[in-house]
Amino acid sequence: MTAPPALVIAGPGTNRDRDLAFALELAGADPTIVLATELVAHPRLLARAKLVAIAGGFSYGDALGAGRMLALDLTTGLGDPLREFVASGRPVIGICNGFQVLARTKLLPGALGHNVHGRFECRWVVLDPQPTSRCLWTKGIDQAIHCPIAHGEGRYVHPDPDSLAEAGQIALRYRSPNPNGSVADIAGVCNPAGNVLGLMPHPENFVVPRQHPQHRRIDARRHLGLQLFENGVAAAAAM
Amino acid sequence: MAARHRLTIRTIGDDPRVTAIVEAAGHLGIGVGDPDRLSIADLVFLEGHLDQDAMHRLHGFLVDPLLQMGSWNEPSAPGIEVTYLPGVTDSSAGAVIQAARQLGVVVTGAATGRRIEFADSIDVDHAEQIVSRLVANPVIERWTAGCIEPTFHTAGEGTGVAETVAIAGLDRERLIEIGHARKLALDPEELLVIQRHFEALGRPPTDVELETLAQTWSEHCAHKTFRADIATDDGEERAPLIEMLRQCTDAIAAPFVKSAFVGNAGIVGFHHDVTLALKAETHNHPSAIEPFGGANTGVGGVIRDVLGIAHRPIAITDILCFGSPEQPLADIPAGALHPRRIRDGVIDGIADYGNKIGLPTVAGAILYDPGYTTNPLVFAGCIGSAVGWTQHPGPFPGDHVIVLGGRTGRDGIRGATFSSLTMDATTGSVAGASVQIGDPIVEKLLIDVLVGAEQLYTAITDCGAGGLSSAVGEMAEGVGADVELDRVPLKYPGLEPWEVWLSEAQERMVVAVPPERIEELEDRCAYYGVELADIGVFTGDGVLTVRSRGEVVLEMSTEFLHDGRPQRSLTATMPRPVRGKYISRTIDDPRQALLRLLSHRNIASKADTIHRYDHEILGATAVRPLIGRHADAPADGVVIAEPIDREGFAIGIGVNPWWGLHDPEAMAYGAVDEAIRNVVAVGADPTKVALLDNFSWGDPRRPSTLGALVAAVDGCCAASMAHRAPFVSGKDSLNNEYDGVDGERHSVPPTLVITAVAHVPDIDAVVTPEFAQPGNAIVLLGTTSREFAGSHVDLIYGEPAELGCVPAPDPDAPTRYQRLHQAIRGGLVWSCHDLSEGGLAVALAEMCIAGRLGAEITELPHENLIASLFGESQSRLLVEVGQADLDRFGDVMHGKIQVIGRVTDGEHLVFPGVEPIHVEDLADAFHRVGTPPADPTGVPPTARAEDRRR
Repeated sequence: MTAPPALVIAGPGTNRDRDLAFALELAGADPTIVLATELVAHPRLLARAKLVAIAGGFSYGDALGAGRMLALDLTTGLGDPLREFVASGRPVIGICNGFQVLARTKLLPGALGHNVHGRFECRWVVLDPQPTSRCLWTKGIDQAIHCPIAHGEGRYVHPDPDSLAEAGQIALRYRSPNPNGSVADIAGVCNPAGNVLGLMPHPENFVVPRQHPQHRRIDARRHLGLQLFENGVAAAAAM
Repeated sequence: MAARHRLTIRTIGDDPRVTAIVEAAGHLGIGVGDPDRLSIADLVFLEGHLDQDAMHRLHGFLVDPLLQMGSWNEPSAPGIEVTYLPGVTDSSAGAVIQAARQLGVVVTGAATGRRIEFADSIDVDHAEQIVSRLVANPVIERWTAGCIEPTFHTAGEGTGVAETVAIAGLDRERLIEIGHARKLALDPEELLVIQRHFEALGRPPTDVELETLAQTWSEHCAHKTFRADIATDDGEERAPLIEMLRQCTDAIAAPFVKSAFVGNAGIVGFHHDVTLALKAETHNHPSAIEPFGGANTGVGGVIRDVLGIAHRPIAITDILCFGSPEQPLADIPAGALHPRRIRDGVIDGIADYGNKIGLPTVAGAILYDPGYTTNPLVFAGCIGSAVGWTQHPGPFPGDHVIVLGGRTGRDGIRGATFSSLTMDATTGSVAGASVQIGDPIVEKLLIDVLVGAEQLYTAITDCGAGGLSSAVGEMAEGVGADVELDRVPLKYPGLEPWEVWLSEAQERMVVAVPPERIEELEDRCAYYGVELADIGVFTGDGVLTVRSRGEVVLEMSTEFLHDGRPQRSLTATMPRPVRGKYISRTIDDPRQALLRLLSHRNIASKADTIHRYDHEILGATAVRPLIGRHADAPADGVVIAEPIDREGFAIGIGVNPWWGLHDPEAMAYGAVDEAIRNVVAVGADPTKVALLDNFSWGDPRRPSTLGALVAAVDGCCAASMAHRAPFVSGKDSLNNEYDGVDGERHSVPPTLVITAVAHVPDIDAVVTPEFAQPGNAIVLLGTTSREFAGSHVDLIYGEPAELGCVPAPDPDAPTRYQRLHQAIRGGLVWSCHDLSEGGLAVALAEMCIAGRLGAEITELPHENLIASLFGESQSRLLVEVGQADLDRFGDVMHGKIQVIGRVTDGEHLVFPGVEPIHVEDLADAFHRVGTPPADPTGVPPTARAEDRRR
């Protein structure tokens, strides 16, 4: 099987693009990092890709609110090709700033506000993949995912989280103490079709067991963030 | 005039910024009235004719209905509004203009601001006081009660021509006056040399020339003190300080040193063809005046240093020194900021830059001392890596002078001379222009452009202190350059030639590019959205020529610029420290002493700060700054390794200003030893250690201050030689003093930060300080003596009349570390921790906290209990060894071990003759500033202390 081509979308100030590309590569994809402006100029790049990932960081320095400027690039600039990509069912993931972007573009429900304590926070968290979720990225993962968070605007806000749960759109919840005040401990949500996932934590920073702070004590392999990418890449390969 | 509009954006629900103000006000004893009536709104100002549809689209973009409410109406309630001063970059305003364009809305200008509203009980004067103390900084912002009128466009009238300064024939006093008026910070002898130079040329210097010389010859750029001839009162002839350090490095001749004391950073290569660029800088004075911006640009500057030697930045370090956050507001001299505000701003500034640029901030320290109240110290370090690096050979005649990155404005004018002046009570207001404003995103883009473009240029340097004058001036040394200031992209019009030439606007790099490579670099810059300006050529005639509007405004041989400065001669009075005198301490309650030490600000957990920094990005942080079962105990060194590499490197820090107050030489030796000990303790190879020195000192023209500096350099050299660990780069920041309104001169404690970077040959063999296995033996390495001068016990209990000595160097340390490394590589070591502040007791407590295990100590290293527990003798380590391996471990260490006890599965740390201390009590004391939640990825915590007591 050839590695499915994946696009990692970055904007000015995106900084986890290389980490994300590395994770996708380990998961079996053939990733290319592309600037949103280049994608806007050459929308054909999207047609060739089987998976799209929007990386974390501080696109446009979080000016006017995290993710807003990059979301504008992708909506006013790119527009239909991105919606068509999503509609085709191909896997899309947005991590941290990428999640903020997807929420702003309305490809995912809800919004992300400042952490309730008002600070940027970096620490490891434990995530429960939701068994009833429609999300293809978390499908079949029955162990908790461990990985770090690193964000200042990660408080997930949604007026009706119960309806999201019923629709199978809650993909991940914090099992460890809620680090940012997200409603219903929500760490990641997907679109109704389940192919688009947005999450605040960084599974791309836990792709080999040695990266786990407790890897000498616990069986870190079972909690790898890599599993999400393996799911996404498998779905892309099957497209 | 175009119509003006304003959008007021309010947060739905609680605004954490309000909580922050209420908390900060509480600490300083400032009333803010009913906190529920306190609110902050964001303001967006727009200039342009906006119809309903345009306003609708902008509102839709700027206001997220789930998080915010927006209104185009002027608020009717009273409030204070804050906006940037003209000329200060408002990056949000730039984003508004860009967004409007994408939305198809025409705006001709934009600005942003904040609005703070208070309870009715707070009158306008009180409200303005709160804003000035807690919210805004007059150095970069202005505010007013009611609705503020923003500045949309910064305009200015520049003459574009240089002034000449008549100095020919002036006497010494008159020259000093001119130097003072222009804040040149030059010595009289230097002014006289400049005068003679231009008299010989038969023309007066221009202001551009004079300012350029002042920058290039400043303490900050020229390191006059480290290059000075020094006569000491002990009659010894000494090489200049920088030569002493260099000679050690030369004598050690370590094969892994690729470049030392040249260019922007030191370069080492530990394995294969990977090289590491190492650099640490200070940004003390800017951080005193504008803590956020000062620390922010300090980080930005040191990252550019690494980028400026063609390495990709991969990690950041920071060591911070502050006054007491508990100091009453009334005790802070006029014109100075409160230490709490300085601390919070500095930490915010470091977090903002590091997190945004996407580099892990991994190692550091925070020290508190009243001596840092008005002169905080901010040491920022950066490590970069490259594969197959070679020194760029240029610039060559014909190469173009290319400036990349941010635009040039009036920010940071005269930063180099500013940092070389002593601060006084009015420094905050007159030095406004010295403040630099950082933009980490622009620098991130510079990294994107430059890493991978090494073949496009022949020389590279960063724009730091002195701006283009320094960068181009240094590159042109021996070659010459001809540059045109009109081609430098400006943030706003109206800058005079000398301002363009000297501006320290951030995020700029200068590269020398052969003509045939320019197009390729332009394409690369266009792709990433980085501005490129071709401002001139390197000539080959050895003359630096600068033009503005067709006129030559500077013409100087690079020889005079770089070598014309007269050698400074200084006199040092050497310290006479107490040596070899052992004085005991008496403490009635050692249990209480240990808990107090763990809660001392210098020793207590820094978790609150560490979690503000992204230390996970790049996925390469193999040993993190917080370790242990609950990730809440301090690591000795941190280890960085690519996720799938077997080899990596460790970073360790050594610093102890309190020893320096009593014995600067022993302090310096100790700082080097501590930095090395920290990397050895995690598994680094002690024969492959490179060192950085950063001195923050007082005024070297005071002979006793200089004497302490000379002694410290002696200590550095002795330790470097003993450990065969070469210095590869260093930086000194002198004149860290403050003239208070009380008329007294305040100097910082002599503060030397040593950074050790060492090779870790096997990532799978690293160890951390967490007790791992009950039953294992606890082994102490090294010798314990009654050495208490400068100890943390003295900081807590006060100094006795007779102090005794500071811990002395231990000549056995190098072999001890090498043998320990063998034992670690051989898998004999379960955990390891170095002994430093607070001695054996604190180190054991930290290991118990890390492993959430108990320890039973049955043998003490010294007959004196207090010396055993809290003495800070150098070069000691604690090692956890399996009982079955003890003999083998003893063999590897040549018998020089002392088994002092064992790890237990009990809940207590037990010392002979001391009431057992519960591990959770130790943890509580260590987390006094606030207990972070346990690391959720580990095993659930045992019952919290409160539960246990029930």
